[in-house]
Amino acid sequence: MDLGKATFWGYKRENGRYGVRNHVIILPVDDLSNAAAEAVANNIKGTMAIPHPYGRLQFGADLDLHFRTLIGTGCNPNVAAVVVICIEDGWAKKVGDAIAATGKPVAYFGIEGHGDHDTILRASKKAKEFVQWASELRREEAPLKALWVSTKCGESDTTSGCGANPTVGNAFDKLYDHGVTLAFGETTELTGGEHLVAARCRTPEVKKKFQFMFDRYQQVVEAHKTSDLRDSQPTKGNIAGGLTTIEEKALGNIQKIGRKCLIDGVLDKAEAPTGPGLWFMDSSSAAAEMVTLVAAAGYTVHFFPTGQGNVIGNPIVPVIKLCANPRTVRTMAEHIDVDVSGLLRKEMKPDEAGDALLECMFRTANGRLTAAEALGHREFVLTRLYESA
Amino acid sequence: MIHFVVHDENDSVGVVVVEGVKAGQKLNGWIMDQDKTLEMTAKSDIPIGHKLAIRPLESGATVIKYGVDIGKTIAPIQVGEHTHVQNLRTKRW
Repeated sequence: MDLGKATFWGYKRENGRYGVRNHVIILPVDDLSNAAAEAVANNIKGTMAIPHPYGRLQFGADLDLHFRTLIGTGCNPNVAAVVVICIEDGWAKKVGDAIAATGKPVAYFGIEGHGDHDTILRASKKAKEFVQWASELRREEAPLKALWVSTKCGESDTTSGCGANPTVGNAFDKLYDHGVTLAFGETTELTGGEHLVAARCRTPEVKKKFQFMFDRYQQVVEAHKTSDLRDSQPTKGNIAGGLTTIEEKALGNIQKIGRKCLIDGVLDKAEAPTGPGLWFMDSSSAAAEMVTLVAAAGYTVHFFPTGQGNVIGNPIVPVIKLCANPRTVRTMAEHIDVDVSGLLRKEMKPDEAGDALLECMFRTANGRLTAAEALGHREFVLTRLYESA
Repeated sequence: MIHFVVHDENDSVGVVVVEGVKAGQKLNGWIMDQDKTLEMTAKSDIPIGHKLAIRPLESGATVIKYGVDIGKTIAPIQVGEHTHVQNLRTKRW
């Protein structure tokens, strides 16, 4: 596939970035605001509430991450406009103002002193205005490098390492050469292959930062484990699929970053990258947490290889699923966007598989719904660092 | 027809990529990195996605896949035998 002059059709946002979706979201800052947010989304067709269970009595780095994730979600160029609802005015304004810095339309509401009814009424009026405005926006042709692509695999098995993950790696190597902004993460799932990732870091500084993130996460595991992690890493699903050890899982996982592209930088959770290239994000390996974090960092399309059949989606980012396990492709066909099982029968070459994924990426970026979008998968999971106060 | 794949010719194990492999079955393998083939007889029933040893392994031996250490055996493993949690363990955590 010649990517030299490749373009996609996206929504150009006020800050110059391009989105591939045009969502108007109703964003609760805390658990208490879910009911009002869902009522607004129910009143105003074409809008989407993103409910979640957190936001009260968090503090320090955990609260910073909460805000960074919510603000980043609102700032993502797949989002056209945002209605923020919070139990109180102060944090509604904090989140609303930070999203409004992108230039997109934002309105925010505090529930205290008004109650749900009045808040829902006022927020619904704004949501209607926003969705009608957004519905007139048109896609424009954008250069490939305007796309930000992240990856994370899930319910992996041995076919992930032989087929689906190297396919992402093949596509990443090709996209990297054309200035696309890329990301991977899953810190603990690099265990056993961390030396291979470290060796791919572009500079000693990047390598040092990666090693720091990796070592920090290992200490978390050491501090909290009871016997060992054999009951959770690899997961029961991984083991059923034939993966035996974390090292084996990690080596399969690392196939996603290809064979050529270098790691240009390291990101904290939900932190936005500052330029093109491949970024490592320190993150949980739980599927929805990781995809939520990269979406909050501004990534607009996600590659999700699976072996045993993870069904995850995301509210604002299309999650493209690919699979090389012929049994999963047969039994869970409705979840799979790209079938690369031919790789394991030697009926498909790695380059052909990579191109098939890229073709699906362009169609998805241009507007085709992914399997997860059509099936209504909107998993939005906030990462917590420790207990609430 | 390919029944199992091996990442690298120096690996200790391959991965079964078809359903329903039974003990005693003749299997064709494909070594992906070097694009070579090998033949072997299954010593156990092996589900799709699960590993089989392609060389004999002593108890306590390091198991290599992708050319890299993926753990150690906790029992001896014969060529063609199912290699999984019952005879292979992580060296980490």
